[in-house]
Amino acid sequence: MFDGNGTITIKGTKDGLTLFINDRASFDNAINELAEKLSEYTPKKDEPIVPVTVKLGNRYINDEQKQQLEKMIGNNHRFSIEAFDSNVIHREEALKWKQESDIQVVNKVVRSGQVLENTGDLLLIGDVNPGGKVSATGNIFVMGSLLGIAHAGQNGDREAVIAASYMNPSQLRIADYISRAPDYETDGVYLECGLIDNTQNKIVIDRLQVLSSMRKDISGFERRMLNG
Amino acid sequence: MGEAIVVTSGKGGVGKTTTSANIGTALALMEKKVCLIDTDIGLRNLDVIMGLENRIIYDIVDVIEERCKLSQAMIKDKRFDDLALLPAAQTSDKTAVTTEGMKKIVQELKQTYDYIIIDCPAGIEQGFQNATAAADKAIVITTPEKSSVRDADRIIGLLENENIEPPRLVINRIRNHMMKNGDMLDIDDIIQILSIDLIGIVIDDDSVIKASNSGEPVALQGNSKASVAYRNIARRILGETVPLQSLDEEKGVFQKLKNFIGIRS
Repeated sequence: MFDGNGTITIKGTKDGLTLFINDRASFDNAINELAEKLSEYTPKKDEPIVPVTVKLGNRYINDEQKQQLEKMIGNNHRFSIEAFDSNVIHREEALKWKQESDIQVVNKVVRSGQVLENTGDLLLIGDVNPGGKVSATGNIFVMGSLLGIAHAGQNGDREAVIAASYMNPSQLRIADYISRAPDYETDGVYLECGLIDNTQNKIVIDRLQVLSSMRKDISGFERRMLNG
Repeated sequence: MGEAIVVTSGKGGVGKTTTSANIGTALALMEKKVCLIDTDIGLRNLDVIMGLENRIIYDIVDVIEERCKLSQAMIKDKRFDDLALLPAAQTSDKTAVTTEGMKKIVQELKQTYDYIIIDCPAGIEQGFQNATAAADKAIVITTPEKSSVRDADRIIGLLENENIEPPRLVINRIRNHMMKNGDMLDIDDIIQILSIDLIGIVIDDDSVIKASNSGEPVALQGNSKASVAYRNIARRILGETVPLQSLDEEKGVFQKLKNFIGIRS
């Protein structure tokens, strides 16, 4: 049996406190020891609140246990839990993560009145006709003509981009930004992309080549892991 | 076993009924047994274009509600023995026709006829559902106008959900001079947007309207451009390879001579 000594380690960093909970101890033991440690410490009323990062190692804790920890640490002490950091995640979470970070390939023509929705990035091989709509929580890449509406970063990711082989959309939407085609007839452009330009604070359309400098992390797995 | 082809477009007034009548007539000309079904309950027109209006006794709703036998409601064409029409009801309640009822009728007609041409009403409501439910194939009609192409696109999307072969396209009412000037959508543009196979193009021809008014489908009348176009569509339905009609007006001898010696007109 684990003897319980050294289950909890507390370290101070410049960003606040880091609380290590040894993953070999049972959760109850850890809670008890943590309670002991915390009882030795009584803060003064006017001390600033210290952010705490809880490192769990290879331990998975559920929401109930998280709440328990939050209550213990936050209670009467001038601490607040900034983040839980665990090496393991729940299977469902992992699957969701994977789905969100995947590129979904769809091979069809999105016609007037049809809506194609997707979690993660979307690669459409086919056209989006006028009156049709594609949306994704990540980026949208259309190998074909984009003539309808495209909505990238549907859940608020402003870094998302929309790229198309032929771009003449009726509307482009990225996160909470909307831009529409001008009232006069336009010819459309080949191999361009739409993205949010922070200096102009609106959606701009530019050559695909700018993506490599403007959105360096677009090909990285890391970005998709973190942003979904 | 025959095959059922639905003629549809989404938008009204693009020539569904005219096309149905002419494809049916052209197929009958080629000695096929053809039956036309009008499913536009309350706004029937197919009988008028075929010139069979006066002969209607029973209609499709009577058949579905079993007031008569299917054979009693069929109207034989006055020109061809092998061409028949099942007219729509003009007064009855629309809701009488159901997808099951249509399937039953078409199934029965397939035993006797080679081709069953179903004329679909405009719109995408119950009438459209009924007309497409029983069909094996579909022909989508559009005109070179944006709104019509938009609706055709919507219809093609809806047909994807049905158990039907990919539809084929007829571009109707083409005005050559407008297409040349770029005032009308180009044939290539339309095909690019709709991305389905083209089965025929029909030029906007005065003879079509004249023929509709006289109750003689234009496909029967000589060599007008529209007449040839409809007969070509029928031949393509039969599986023949027929080149697309040229859009250019035929030039007179004088014009040809002028071109030959290089005078610009």
